[in-house]
Amino acid sequence: MDPVITFADVTKSFGVIDALDTIRLTIQKGEFVSLLGPSGCGKSTVLRLGSGLIEPTSGAIERSSDNIGYIFQEPTLMPWRTVWKNVTFLGELEGLPREECKRRAEEVLELVGLGEYRHLYPLALSGGMKMRTSIARSMLLDPDLFLFDEPFGALDQISRARLNEELCSLFSERHFAGLFVTHSVDEAVFLASRLLVMSKRPGRIVAEFEIPYEFPRQPEIRYEPEFAVLAGEVAAALEQGS
Amino acid sequence: MTSPVGRNRSVSDRARELARVTLPPTLVALLIILLWYGITFYVLETDRRFLLPPPHAVIQEGILNTEVLLEILGGLRQTAMVSVLGLAIAFAIGFSMSLVMSQAKWIERSLYPWAVVCQTVPILAIVPLLGFWFGFGLMSRVTVCVIISLFPIVINSLTGLQGADPRLHDLLTLHNANRWTRALRLQIPAARPLIFTGLRTSAGLSVIGAIVGDFFFGRGQPGLGILLDRYSRRLRSEELLTAVIVACLLGVVAFWIFGVIGRRAVGHWDPSWAEEKH
Repeated sequence: MDPVITFADVTKSFGVIDALDTIRLTIQKGEFVSLLGPSGCGKSTVLRLGSGLIEPTSGAIERSSDNIGYIFQEPTLMPWRTVWKNVTFLGELEGLPREECKRRAEEVLELVGLGEYRHLYPLALSGGMKMRTSIARSMLLDPDLFLFDEPFGALDQISRARLNEELCSLFSERHFAGLFVTHSVDEAVFLASRLLVMSKRPGRIVAEFEIPYEFPRQPEIRYEPEFAVLAGEVAAALEQGS
Repeated sequence: MTSPVGRNRSVSDRARELARVTLPPTLVALLIILLWYGITFYVLETDRRFLLPPPHAVIQEGILNTEVLLEILGGLRQTAMVSVLGLAIAFAIGFSMSLVMSQAKWIERSLYPWAVVCQTVPILAIVPLLGFWFGFGLMSRVTVCVIISLFPIVINSLTGLQGADPRLHDLLTLHNANRWTRALRLQIPAARPLIFTGLRTSAGLSVIGAIVGDFFFGRGQPGLGILLDRYSRRLRSEELLTAVIVACLLGVVAFWIFGVIGRRAVGHWDPSWAEEKH
């Protein structure tokens, strides 16, 4: 057991509004956890707590490392920087030696398939390419924990499916710990090694599913009957929680 | 490599683009000149034509007369110098103010009302006071420019600095960025489009400030303001109109220069500046 992050009886309130109710969650190294729940149930709050951007009202969060990659709902790129400069940004911020930063940027850009687009500004990129740049930016520092705040929600179905597959490959290759927030049942099942369902506000975890598929996963598993059965069970749990 | 056909197309595209940009205002200018002639010759009686002499008389007296032309060009140089100096100082003060204000709400609440005062102060009312304090030379004229052009710089820069994406702020927080890093790497670059918008507006205002100051102080090296006053008092309509046109052109050029600089600096990534090509 190698826990990267542990939420121990964490609650969070914003003024009089109780956002989260007693979250108990541990994510191990090499584990990809999908977090599914109705709108406003506090999924993003779990991520913000996990990253340390906000503090819990009660309970404790323990992280084994401060090297966290955070992928926002939008690509959140700096429009005045090229793809290359966006990807190297965190290296500059963390004082990574120039040569090392360059080597890593080359590597992650190739990994997300944007090597030849490095000189473009975000204005010239498609939604999918922007999101790939955002993922590459976070990967530069090789984080121990990735937090994904519904990153593909704004993309069209085809781009979303393709990015799911690419993310799945990245995870298979790098085996980081991931916490992935989403509204999509199919996406959650396809990506996760474990899937958690949250109730409506104040959010708490009401169901947990182990996803039996091995990594790396083939895109075709989404069309298998077992996948549909599992997705149906998850959707039913989601329905019950909301 | 560009093919000859491609190059020809590019040249013809550029010519079309130039025509698209320049033709409409040129047509309007021609209409204005026609209207001008119409008023001079068909509306004004002969003994009142000195109020609006025809365009060719203005060119003859104001531009082809070397003595007058040199006088007006001297005034133009003086006014341009004062307005550039005023704009530079206004930018230094305004940008620093907005940078400080963007760091804490209490600083913004303390300084913002004073920036508004600069905007609302009746400039004509304080011009005599400025002359009283700073004399009637360069210092006072530049001060008028600073007062008149400060607000657009402050408000635009502040909006830009505060408008940086909050998620990018989160990203910097996750990587323990301090205030200085945050300002330098996020807020200032993100604010550039609005900083240029402020500068472009203020450039025109600074020209107005230089002419107003000149007009009222009326002493020292003559700028366009002094010349306008002088020609007006002597009923020299041709020279007066030439000076007015030159003053307008100075304002337009100031606006245009910052438009070009802004497009060059941020047009490749900011849609609001990129769109201005159309």
